[in-house]
Amino acid sequence: MSSTSNYPGWEVVIGLEVHTQLKTNSKIFSGASTEFGSEPNTQACSVDLGLPGVLPVANLEAARMAVKFGLAIDAHINKTNVFARKNYFYPDLPKGYQISQMDLPIVGKGQLTINTDDGEKVIGVTRAHLEEDAGKSLHEDFQGMTGIDLNRAGTPLLEIVSEPDMRSAAEAVAYLRKLHSLVTYLEICDGNMQEGSFRCDANVSVRPVGQKELGTRTESKNINSFRFVERAIEYEIERQIDLIEDGGTVVQETRLYDPDKHETRSMRSKEEAHDYRYFPDPDLPPMILEQSFIDDVQQSLPELPEAKFSRFVTDYKLNEEDAVQLTSTRPIADYYEQVVDLTEADAKVSANWITGELFAALNNNDLEIQQSPVSTEQFATLLNRIADNTLSGKTAKQVFTALWNQEGQVDDIIDKKGLKQITDSGAIESIVDEVLTRCTEQVQQYKDGNEKVFGFLVGQVMQASKGKANPGQVNQLLKAKLNP
Amino acid sequence: MDKLHQKTLTELQSFLRDGECSARELAEHFLQRIDADDQLNAFITVDSQRTLEQAKQADIDLNKNSGSALTGIPLAHKDIFCTDGLLTTCGSKILNNFVSPYDATVVSRLNTAGMVTLGKTNMDEFAMGSSNETSYYGAVSNPWKIDAVPGGSSGGSAAAVAAGLAPAATGTDTGGSIRQPAAFCGITGVKPSYGRVSRYGMIAFASSLDQAGPMTRTAEDAALLLDVMCGFDEHDSTSLRQDPVNFSAQLDKPIEGVKIGLPKSFFSEGLDAEVGDVVDTAIKTLEKMGAIIVDIALPTSELAVPCYYVLAPAEASSNLSRFDGVRFGHRAQEYGDLDDMYQKTRSEGFGDEVKRRIMIGTYALSSGYYDAYYSKAQKLRRLISNDFDLAFKQCDVILGPTTPSVAFDKNAKTDDPVAMYLNDTYTIPANLAGLPAMSLPAGLSPQGMPIGLHIVAPYMEEGRMLNLAHQFQLNTDFHRAFPEAYV
Repeated sequence: MSSTSNYPGWEVVIGLEVHTQLKTNSKIFSGASTEFGSEPNTQACSVDLGLPGVLPVANLEAARMAVKFGLAIDAHINKTNVFARKNYFYPDLPKGYQISQMDLPIVGKGQLTINTDDGEKVIGVTRAHLEEDAGKSLHEDFQGMTGIDLNRAGTPLLEIVSEPDMRSAAEAVAYLRKLHSLVTYLEICDGNMQEGSFRCDANVSVRPVGQKELGTRTESKNINSFRFVERAIEYEIERQIDLIEDGGTVVQETRLYDPDKHETRSMRSKEEAHDYRYFPDPDLPPMILEQSFIDDVQQSLPELPEAKFSRFVTDYKLNEEDAVQLTSTRPIADYYEQVVDLTEADAKVSANWITGELFAALNNNDLEIQQSPVSTEQFATLLNRIADNTLSGKTAKQVFTALWNQEGQVDDIIDKKGLKQITDSGAIESIVDEVLTRCTEQVQQYKDGNEKVFGFLVGQVMQASKGKANPGQVNQLLKAKLNP
Repeated sequence: MDKLHQKTLTELQSFLRDGECSARELAEHFLQRIDADDQLNAFITVDSQRTLEQAKQADIDLNKNSGSALTGIPLAHKDIFCTDGLLTTCGSKILNNFVSPYDATVVSRLNTAGMVTLGKTNMDEFAMGSSNETSYYGAVSNPWKIDAVPGGSSGGSAAAVAAGLAPAATGTDTGGSIRQPAAFCGITGVKPSYGRVSRYGMIAFASSLDQAGPMTRTAEDAALLLDVMCGFDEHDSTSLRQDPVNFSAQLDKPIEGVKIGLPKSFFSEGLDAEVGDVVDTAIKTLEKMGAIIVDIALPTSELAVPCYYVLAPAEASSNLSRFDGVRFGHRAQEYGDLDDMYQKTRSEGFGDEVKRRIMIGTYALSSGYYDAYYSKAQKLRRLISNDFDLAFKQCDVILGPTTPSVAFDKNAKTDDPVAMYLNDTYTIPANLAGLPAMSLPAGLSPQGMPIGLHIVAPYMEEGRMLNLAHQFQLNTDFHRAFPEAYV
């Protein structure tokens, strides 16, 4: 049991709200660019600045992306959806309200299936709605003042709200990873958590096992990595259980996660909560989506992770574990399939090398596969050189390291390092003979029935050839000479 | 050639075309009149150099015969319209330093047509008021009686046109802000169907009700301006995709057989007898011209004022949140923390009426009150609209008085907001239903104050309404009356 065993007697209830930044070229209600990292306030036009008299115009591309997501999770699409104003004052919110969706969001009920230790589990998605992002307040660089950067103001967000269906931090992370994989597969979000393109708020409550009604929940904000989600939720679960076991009660409040201290702390209580005074935005008529538009989006859906997983298992004869890893993100799957296309090596061998050597190197250097210094072409060539016996498994690893360090192309590296495998049987035979002459003691032991010594002899031959002798041929020759 | 300021746009057009005067002479004439006047306070900003430069360009175009029908004709803009490089205050202290970096669509369309901007006219603060007394830049006087109000919120525009400080002006109408001041000042004012004219660059009061329109001497002039002002604007999602309009071409149809609906409720309690009499006479004139009078009912219109005073403040409370002292406009000199900055800035920057409406609107949208106020008012709005749909099955246009009384004296109603709000009782229903409506001069009261005749037409049927008004003006001289002091 994965879910409640960590906290005997308690059941944990978790729901997530995920803000995904949509990858549109321009903002959701203006023509300004959405590019990240520009000089402050250079990507904000009069509409983003909330100047007197300006009006919003909805970006249809954002709606297209939202529908794409909705169709991918089998959700109900609201063909009539309504933008509403969420009113509150903050300096980085130029209009004094955020345009969001309340009663009629673009995406209604849907679902996602995650893999847990207990097997598959369906997590309900309550809704997903379009809204505009706020700007950023910069507190550091200005003595006694706050700087406002409105470049981000008006960037389209899809807020995806889950049902309170998760029962452990691990499930929450599994759901979040699934969602992350899906939105990047759909190419509606770049998924960059550091830059804030994929942000998560966690609603957590606990209740004694068997209790029907839900416990009082808290909302933890500002969680921007998978690791932090797990830690923030676990911190919050323990805090709530400790509180109740000590005779206290959980207060409904918004809490802020501090990644340095790995704790959450109170931001504002329910009493201090804003009354956002939502009402339909009179500047934006209801958005009406034609069936033809939805059909068009349906047509444009890419192969989704589940389908790809099944295809990898069937077509490439991969085991499930490899298939899960190789379909975990779209760039990984694309990398793998490009390598398979380019190489003569077996698809399974390709999978082993990618999940083995490449993943290890990426992990050690904290890189995404898109940032890999080894191109799919070079990777394919490397695998070809194993297949055509130019390289042994061992020398291939040396070549991979050189490729990773960008020392050149596969064949140049082989030449330069003199790693070409010896397949000339005459040359191998003379090395074998030399070893047999030198190791008379071990030869005798073998002949006396100690077959383990055979491995030692192979090792001696390989060593004498500086690892370049074809191990298959070495085996064959040794066997022939020892068992005449 | 003298009395240029009493001419209609149509007359000025032919002067310019025939070379009887230049755009520069016209501009100078009106600038001099604006400068000479020290009673009305009709303008907040005048930049004569800029005006004369525009006139110079217009003359070049006129000489090359490359202009449009309106090239070289001066007009004034209500200070609610953003004008590139020119102070745009919306009648408020909170925008006392706001120089807009862009033109409202209405302004750019009229600029493109070659019109010459005389300046920015005074108005009730954020268009909230019916007397032009809420302006931070001082009250405006009525050219017919200096102690009286010109109406509001487009009071500066109405007074300027009535007194011949401008041959025409733009206005905006959320609950009657074009029509009521037009009636009080004896001019013609049109509020088009919601969505006809782009709201982009027009500082929002109540987004679902606001609509820009022309304020002129005649219906013919209004049609001329509307032909340029109307049109789809990609910057305004509520603007309608519409074919180019040509209302001017629809003015000459005879009105014989046109069915005029008279709602009983608009002629009963609350209507001053002197207004009722003049409107009755106007109706008789139309009847003589061949119109057919039918009685109609608009039962829910009685509830229009309370409905409006929930919805308009609700939208306003949100629309005015952007005036926070962070990016533009007034910011308090001294403040403690952020909340203090907001409070001081907005307390200092907004006047009483604006604060009152922000509070009403905030309350109406608050959780726990939303259903009782905002939702209920929205339902009522639909009922009011349905009433009009039914009425227009019986008649072509609806007629009545624009206001219950003639222009009242300054300070008469400033302490009684509800009495002030009731001024708009006849005009508000058209805003709630999104219908086109206009006011035109119907005559003078025994004391010599102008009285307005109000016409409401079905959605998108401005042409029908302007046609009736034009035919009325061909048969009457009320629109030619000019206040003594400004002749």
